[in-house]
Amino acid sequence: MSITQIMFFFLSALAVFSAIMVLVSRNPVHSVLWLIAVFFAISGHYILLNAQFLAIVNLIVYAGAIMVLFLFVIMLMNLNKESEPNKHIWMKLAGAISGGCFLMVMVSLVRQAADFQGKEALVGTGDIGLIKNLGKALFSNYVVPFEISSVLFLSAMVGAVVIGKKE
Amino acid sequence: MPIQYYIYLSLALFSIGIIGVLTRRNAIIVFMCIELMLNAVNLLLVAFSKMHHGTALATDAATTAGIDGQLFVFFIMVVAAAEVSVGLAIIVMMYRNIHSVDINFLNRLKN
Amino acid sequence: MSKFVYLVPLFPLIGFLINGLGRKSLSKSMISVIGCGVMLASFVVSLLVFFDVKANGATTVELFSFIRSADFQIPFAFQVDQLSSLFLLIITGIGFLIHLYSAAYMHEEEEQHFGRYFAYLNLFVFSMLLLVLGANYVIMFIGWEGVGLCSYLLIGYWFKNDQYNYAAKKAFVMNRIGDLGFLLAVFWLLFKLGTVTYGDVFSRVSELSSFDITAITILLFVGAMGKSAQIPLYTWLPDAMAGPTPVSALIHAATMVTAGIYMIARSNILYTMAPVSQALVAIVGLATAIFAATIALKQNDIKKVLAYSTVSQLGYMFLGLGVGAYTGAVFHVMTHAFFKALLFLGAGSVIHAMHHEQDIRKMGGLKKHMPITHITFLLACLAIAGIPPFSGFFSKDEILMAAFSANPLYYYIGLVGALMTAFYMFRLYSLTFLGSFRGTHEQAHHLHESPSPMTIPLIVLAVLSVLGGFVGIPEVFASDAHSLENFLAPIFAESNKLAHAHHLTHSQEYIMMGVSTALIIGVIIFAVTKFKKAADVNDENTGVAKVLENKWYVDELYDNIIVKPLHLLSVFLKNILEKNIIDGVVNGVGKLVGYGSRQLRLLQSGQVGNYILVMVMVMVIFVLIWFNDITIMNFLKKLF
Repeated sequence: MSITQIMFFFLSALAVFSAIMVLVSRNPVHSVLWLIAVFFAISGHYILLNAQFLAIVNLIVYAGAIMVLFLFVIMLMNLNKESEPNKHIWMKLAGAISGGCFLMVMVSLVRQAADFQGKEALVGTGDIGLIKNLGKALFSNYVVPFEISSVLFLSAMVGAVVIGKKE
Repeated sequence: MPIQYYIYLSLALFSIGIIGVLTRRNAIIVFMCIELMLNAVNLLLVAFSKMHHGTALATDAATTAGIDGQLFVFFIMVVAAAEVSVGLAIIVMMYRNIHSVDINFLNRLKN
Repeated sequence: MSKFVYLVPLFPLIGFLINGLGRKSLSKSMISVIGCGVMLASFVVSLLVFFDVKANGATTVELFSFIRSADFQIPFAFQVDQLSSLFLLIITGIGFLIHLYSAAYMHEEEEQHFGRYFAYLNLFVFSMLLLVLGANYVIMFIGWEGVGLCSYLLIGYWFKNDQYNYAAKKAFVMNRIGDLGFLLAVFWLLFKLGTVTYGDVFSRVSELSSFDITAITILLFVGAMGKSAQIPLYTWLPDAMAGPTPVSALIHAATMVTAGIYMIARSNILYTMAPVSQALVAIVGLATAIFAATIALKQNDIKKVLAYSTVSQLGYMFLGLGVGAYTGAVFHVMTHAFFKALLFLGAGSVIHAMHHEQDIRKMGGLKKHMPITHITFLLACLAIAGIPPFSGFFSKDEILMAAFSANPLYYYIGLVGALMTAFYMFRLYSLTFLGSFRGTHEQAHHLHESPSPMTIPLIVLAVLSVLGGFVGIPEVFASDAHSLENFLAPIFAESNKLAHAHHLTHSQEYIMMGVSTALIIGVIIFAVTKFKKAADVNDENTGVAKVLENKWYVDELYDNIIVKPLHLLSVFLKNILEKNIIDGVVNGVGKLVGYGSRQLRLLQSGQVGNYILVMVMVMVIFVLIWFNDITIMNFLKKLF
């Protein structure tokens, strides 16, 4: 078993465990922290896949900016105590079962799908994930969506300000 | 790495996100679960991008095939950031109005 | 002139509208002038039409398209030919006389009811004219239903009396049973031939299979049974006496009951081609003739006797139709219209004088008080009994001769019926007009001859009853003197061609006429002498007489085998089926929908979690269905 494989399984286990912990934590702050752990694991995966730019952006945007925003809001509302009332047990069970069914069905689908048999994801090599290549593509083929996304950001910002403003 | 492994991992994370959305009542946790699902998709996109790139490399050493997938991830992050900013603003406003972030109180759709 | 034939039914319709709408504001004299005037106008136009037809032959007058769908057409057209113009004369002529009579007879009624009465009367005549004039079965059916409706309205004219209302309902329901048969026959024709116009139907009759013809004719005959009061649907006619007497005259003589005869005479070619139906018509007619005659023997109500005699005479007409003597049947319709109208109007005159007493046991000796009524009534009795040379003799004789050539048994039974007719008519006559008065002293004091508007129609009808027979002098007396037969020949030409009539020899005819006349005269003398003194009229009847007095208990029989079980069934349906099952189903559906909606409403909880849950479930199901080779079992097998 090579080092990449060991890393893959380690990161996968970490991601899944952390994700589960996000769910089961009673305290929202803990959930946020576990989610950051998930993001770190995913960034690790990106690095394994040699997608360095995305790995860094993931850390900066998600684990950094977004999760800090979450934490900030939680702190603002003082939700760090266990204030969440329990959902009905049957609803919980139904949610868990249907989510499990979804997983099961999709896994069985993937297992039997001929398209994925024997396909490999290139690990460790390949340079499309490098900033240089991504930047080239982004500012040539994808320049219009890129500019539009800036407009999206602007509108989201305005929206957030309008919504969050006190009347 | 066999592509199935990535798919399984993504499915697992996605399903955990779904279960979280279904079982938790705290709007912020629900929101986080949605972020989790987005990340699962991101991971899958990157994995597919690398898979595609790997097969294309066999014929052309200088190919950039598969780069679209990674750019998609980039745009998803952009959208997610925008979404989070608006969504959290909504949650803040909701908390300000009803002093709770319990999504069960958000049942105005019924009427 | 035939072009203006639409005026014939139009006049009574106008009269109906004016009298019906203006019954509260018009005075009685206005109403009677309008009511009679339109009939007179109608009669005049009928006369013109009649002579036009006589000179120029038959035509069809199309007024407008009544029902049109693709290439299927039912025009609103009038058939102006020998048969219909003859009926027009009978209907409007006798109708006019009855209207005239009614104006005097109904004079005691309140104004508004008086107007209503004349409106109904006019509508009745209008419907009958439509029935007769229609150039296809659908128009005939409109008139057919119209006379049914008007008979209901007029029988129940005194609607404050429950008994009368019951009689009206009975007439309506019985007619409806027959109408169903008629309607089915029309649909059958429509289905098989795609047309209901007489001309087309009769010329294409050979396209029909013999089963179709038989079925159609039998169904038509069922309609005729209802309208013309044949066994088993005859019981409404005697009960129809609940209406005012002139109405009875109208129903019995000019309109309504002759509709069935007219319809079969009109469809004669169909019947000629269906021997089974013909035999059925003859047998039912004969049975009715005898059956009704026996009942009439023991009735004590003056109108009831006449009603049963009508049923009996109608039976003769059907016998004539059944043995192929179409001309004879139509001839008898005509003469019967004369003398039966006369009898009813005479009876009305008697009832009028007796202050609405109808029981002949309480009459007697009216001869000297009411000379005109007496004479005319006697003439009518002689006519209906079949004494030569009164009109009834010729027509009845013609039917019986035809019956003899078809089957001698028909003749003998028919002759017995004719003897009974003579007996009960002269029993009626003797009890009413001969002997001494048996009513109360007060009634005796008020006995008087009726006013002239009542006696004039009597006299006119009496003249017609006496002379009416001479339009159909049998061939045995004078060659080619049967003007009616010659006149109607085009209508029955096809049938006569198909039917191979074997004529009787002259000597046979002489013998039969002589014998029957002698027998009838004998019966008349017997009846007159027996009832002149009216010794036993008040005795309690026993045995067969009692059965006859109770009309063979047919009403009770119908009541027990049809009405009561139906009633029980209806009660059962109402109480058990309707309440528990139908209501249960209806309410159950309502409740189920309500319950289901309440449950479905829970889905719309407004809670995002629930929506997402459903969404996920549907995704799972969707994948399972879409990739249906992936089952959970399959997966589990591979997993382990």
